[in-house]
Amino acid sequence: MGYSLKKIDRELGDKHIPLMGVLAAFIFAAQMLNFPVVGGTSSHLLGAVLAAVLVGPYASVIVMSVVLIIQALVFQDGGVTALGANIFNMGVIGGILGYHIFYIVKKFRGENSGILLGAFVAAWFAMFLGAFAAALELAFSGTIPLKIVLPAMLSIHSIAGVGEGLITVAIISSILKTRPDLFEVVR
Amino acid sequence: MKWWHFILLVALAFAGVLSLLASANPDGLERVLQNLGFIERGETLFESPFKDYTTPFIENEIISKALAGVVGTLLVLGIMIFLTKVMVRKKDGT
Repeated sequence: MGYSLKKIDRELGDKHIPLMGVLAAFIFAAQMLNFPVVGGTSSHLLGAVLAAVLVGPYASVIVMSVVLIIQALVFQDGGVTALGANIFNMGVIGGILGYHIFYIVKKFRGENSGILLGAFVAAWFAMFLGAFAAALELAFSGTIPLKIVLPAMLSIHSIAGVGEGLITVAIISSILKTRPDLFEVVR
Repeated sequence: MKWWHFILLVALAFAGVLSLLASANPDGLERVLQNLGFIERGETLFESPFKDYTTPFIENEIISKALAGVVGTLLVLGIMIFLTKVMVRKKDGT
């Protein structure tokens, strides 16, 4: 987190203050909306890639961290001791790795379709890799054996990742149509 | 109204209204921990003020949840704005 604080985009300026604010507020609120997925499970927007696409990888880590910290401390949603891991899994992996995946696909494909495809792929990977990391951490801490927790986490989150991808793309697509200037932070 | 007022309103609607309709089913990690029988192992370090998205001292469940969502959203908004101002100031060396 400290590293991200240091490396925030050079472009971040006063005018991005409301964007960062409502982005974090939006992601927090959206994360409250659980929708049913397969077999008695639910999923909700993660939002890391959405943030990364709009404000860049490092700022997105800050956004996700604020959301996660408040969820844990004020709402007891997500453990306090697990907070570091959560910030890494969802914020850093989702935000930074997700951003770079997005960037690569975007460069490859170009134009708006590149942005949307990149966002979808990045969002799916953000879920998938985040779940992967969480499984590794659980196994590494001796809580659950890897061969049990890994398939369990990956199966649910591969499906949830599709939802995340679709929602992320829908939101980005509408921003592209109405306020394409908001993408200027991300080159 | 400015565009970001609109997004904030959407966020508040999500948090204060739609969240009441949200699925009560456990989400990904929680579900996995339940399936594998580990969910009981979580220990509470301290009790949060708005534990599980409910507002203390409010009897009505609906208002309790809605208020918790709204408070949380505004809290995140405020803290993020504050932090961003600090970051921008630091970056600009003022």
